[in-house]
Amino acid sequence: MKKELICISCPMSCPLELTIVNGEILSITGNRCKNGEIYARQELTHPQRVVTTTVACRSGLWPRLPVKTIAAVPKDYVTNVVTELHEVEVEAPVLLGQIIIENVANTGIAVIATRSLPHETVKE
Amino acid sequence: MKNQMRKNYSVIVVGGGPAGLAAALGARQAGAERILIIDREVETGGILNQCIHSGFGLHYFKEELTGPEYAERFNQQVRSDKITILTDSYVLNITPDLKIEVISKKHGYLNLRAKAVVLAMGCRERTRGAIRTPGFRPSGVMTAGLAQKMVNMKGVLPGQRVAILGSGDIGMIMARRLILEGCQVVGVFELHPFSSGLTRNKVQCLDDFDIPLHLSTTVAFIHGRKRVERLTLAPVTTDYKPDLKQSWDIQCDTLLFSIGLIPENELSARLRIKMDPATGGPQVSSTMETSLPGVFACGNVLHVHDIVDFVSEESHRAGRYAAELALGMRRPGDNITLYPGENIASCTPHSLSSDREQTIYLRVKQPVKDATLKIGNRYEQKFRTLVPSEMVKLSLPPKVLNHFFGEQLRIEVSSEEGAQ
Amino acid sequence: MYDVIIVGGGIIGCALARELSRYNVRLALLEKEVEVGFGTSKTNSGIIHAGHHSPPGTLKGQFEWSGNQLWGDLAKELKFGFKHIGELLIAQKREDLQYLENLKKQGDSRGVTGLEMWGPKRIQKEEPNLSHTILKALHAPTAAVINPYEACFGLIECAKQNGLELFCDHPVQSIKRERDNFSIATPRGSFRARIILNAAGLFADHVAAMVGAKTFSISPRKGEEYLLDRRLQGIVTHLIFPTPTATSKGVLIIPTVDGPTMVGPTAEDIDDREDLSTSYSGAADVFAAVRKTCPAISERDTITEFAGLRAVSESNDFIIKRSPVKNFYNIAGIQSPGLTAAPVIATYVINMLRDNDLSLVKKQTWKADIDGPPRFAAMSPKDRKAAIHKDSAFGQIVCRCELVTEAEVLYAIKHGARTLDGVKFRVRAGMGRCQGGFCTTRLMDLLAQADEIPLSEITKRGKGSEICIQRHDIIPKKDDR
Repeated sequence: MKKELICISCPMSCPLELTIVNGEILSITGNRCKNGEIYARQELTHPQRVVTTTVACRSGLWPRLPVKTIAAVPKDYVTNVVTELHEVEVEAPVLLGQIIIENVANTGIAVIATRSLPHETVKE
Repeated sequence: MKNQMRKNYSVIVVGGGPAGLAAALGARQAGAERILIIDREVETGGILNQCIHSGFGLHYFKEELTGPEYAERFNQQVRSDKITILTDSYVLNITPDLKIEVISKKHGYLNLRAKAVVLAMGCRERTRGAIRTPGFRPSGVMTAGLAQKMVNMKGVLPGQRVAILGSGDIGMIMARRLILEGCQVVGVFELHPFSSGLTRNKVQCLDDFDIPLHLSTTVAFIHGRKRVERLTLAPVTTDYKPDLKQSWDIQCDTLLFSIGLIPENELSARLRIKMDPATGGPQVSSTMETSLPGVFACGNVLHVHDIVDFVSEESHRAGRYAAELALGMRRPGDNITLYPGENIASCTPHSLSSDREQTIYLRVKQPVKDATLKIGNRYEQKFRTLVPSEMVKLSLPPKVLNHFFGEQLRIEVSSEEGAQ
Repeated sequence: MYDVIIVGGGIIGCALARELSRYNVRLALLEKEVEVGFGTSKTNSGIIHAGHHSPPGTLKGQFEWSGNQLWGDLAKELKFGFKHIGELLIAQKREDLQYLENLKKQGDSRGVTGLEMWGPKRIQKEEPNLSHTILKALHAPTAAVINPYEACFGLIECAKQNGLELFCDHPVQSIKRERDNFSIATPRGSFRARIILNAAGLFADHVAAMVGAKTFSISPRKGEEYLLDRRLQGIVTHLIFPTPTATSKGVLIIPTVDGPTMVGPTAEDIDDREDLSTSYSGAADVFAAVRKTCPAISERDTITEFAGLRAVSESNDFIIKRSPVKNFYNIAGIQSPGLTAAPVIATYVINMLRDNDLSLVKKQTWKADIDGPPRFAAMSPKDRKAAIHKDSAFGQIVCRCELVTEAEVLYAIKHGARTLDGVKFRVRAGMGRCQGGFCTTRLMDLLAQADEIPLSEITKRGKGSEICIQRHDIIPKKDDR
């Protein structure tokens, strides 16, 4: 069986062609780097995504703080992750990389701030 | 009001987005002492601050970062390099002798001088008017970038049921963003028969969320007198004219336009810098210098890039050359004119020098498979696919041009298979 | 109880308000939209006609030239932009030449100054970008351009400072005759008046019908206009008119008072009085017509387009008279040259009131001029420096395309702007090439701070046109679930 995928590891977006026999990948072609193969195997068995979104931030320079999951979460959990983060509010100042939630939506994966957000009164 | 600003600088960078930050760092690395970045926003980082998704930095930092993370790395470096930043400030004018008129809420009216200026103002989005979408003018019609700012920075949503015209990266990324924020996205509509963004964004932003992408389709009418109520959509014929007989309606309260970006060259136009109609940006030499000596340009103000990593690379280089000039080192002028030929939509720089490595960015007009790119008879490179939505970067080692004694080189792309 | 209530805050209602504010009368104006000038006036082409266009024997003909001569002073007093750029009416066919001759005679006999016939050489010299096929042009130096909405804002501010009470967002629902007075119902309270001046534009016949004074009917005629990028600023320097057709003055090239060039309008009779939609055919018609006169103009240079509706009466002339109902006056069917005529229409109406026994006593302290909004973009470097020194908000650019500062936006808000469009039409923020892409959120912040309301309550032009929604409007908080 042939299966086509687009690698989403980087902007190159390599078109991958997988040959699958009895559920096992015999060959992967079309990738321009090693990541394409890793992605194809992962996507076929346990697709996962890094989630980027925002959480509320009290008295920050902006009212929203951008965050991400520190690693990819199973694709089926993306909605749960986002729903849990809808409830979260942090207080400024926040530092880049600061942990917002240790274990989001029981994935075992942490959510971190993707920028430093100063207090609203602090300007450069 | 206190005015403690220094007046004279080696290099002044106009714009504190990814291009401006990299240019300032490049200038510092090349030895310039007094460097100033002027930005009109409350903080530097530019549009990266609202691009909270990941996909940045794979080339430049060899790891995948979100927009804000990418910006913060540069911001930190700029701070540790002690580069002066003037935010909430606006450059009103630059004179040919590099006097710079700036206004700032904090510092008032400033007259600054520079030995070199780097233009890094970025770009803006094309709007509804650019394609003259018929219909009413209700609220709920805006560019995808404005919606992105509302959602990611202001914490409000543009609407509840959203349609997106244009499958550029911002459009597709916003489709996913809005779904994650609880909105409905009724579809992404694309005039061209191909998506105009990166394929991976179609996969992870649209396919992952079952958002339909309608190719060769446009918005033929916007209904709703106060707020968008519905859209009439129509397939387009091969000459991009809507076929109204086959139109259909869709209910929604918001329409986002993601139909392309245009370099923002108001300042450059006022300076009467020579422009390139193909890119919408200035013409530049191999040192990224514009037709006005001492004024350099880089990033999206020069030509719209797809990925910020290339912006950083190009701008760092522009900053280095600006610093060299400020330090009194002028390189010999370019000896080769580069001009676009077959299937080249645009390319920069506009001239080359045979004395060092040359970096060229280009875009094709038509998607092609198994393509051969040639620069005169000096250079040849094969590509499996080339599409207009993906900019190509070429690095020419010095040996390519070393023994070339002509005055001009044509850059062109040919394909055995021809256009798809 | 008011002596006079004006219904409708378009250019006519605003001109009436200012003129009446000279006298000792208790005066109010009811406007259905959220701000004045938001109906037909907002989408008007902004031309102060030269004076020779309208035929004699009509009110239009009577008022065009006299109105024309008042605008220069008005602009000075009310601090709005006004440029005497003149117009060229061009003939591209032999059979059009007679029309030009006739028009020149008509203008000369009326006293319109400076009318001159230009041949191809002169035309090429003055307007090198016009088509080379133009045979002749009638030059009328008295034509000028303004922003009609700016005029409305200026007139109403002057009227307000002289005692007018302004009620926006007050659509008139019904009018009842109560002995010698009228009672006017709106969703936000009722008003009593001795005299009503009906200047309700496209809805003037509806308002007249409420009190049994409908002696005419109004039908809308749509015009689409296309605003071009500043790149084309100066492509023509005069207003360019083709030889007109039976229903319209034709598609014009308009160097607007702010600089950018505008082309249009179309002329299409329609039924729907709120149909402000633009169309593929409208764009095609406009640019096909413009290409004939100025080939270098392309639809690709459009930055925005919009449509407006002219209020056309069946007589095709202005209707300015007392109605069968005592003390109810109709000022209706005001289409081109209605803007030009507006200041004279106002004095004409006042004389009519005086003839009908309204005692009009001039106020002792009437102030003709207003301070007017600051315009950073138009200041000299020296003035800019001084302005920023005095108020640091001038140092903060809000709209980069049109160079608008925070100080100007705050001034606009202080003087009545309540909506994004209200700010935009006062200070030009959001009118430039990025069409609000960059400044919208800043303007929303400033409006929200001034009125202490959340962003989700900011509208484009009144209730129902909110710009954004709150996250919790669609993402319920845990407690609500």
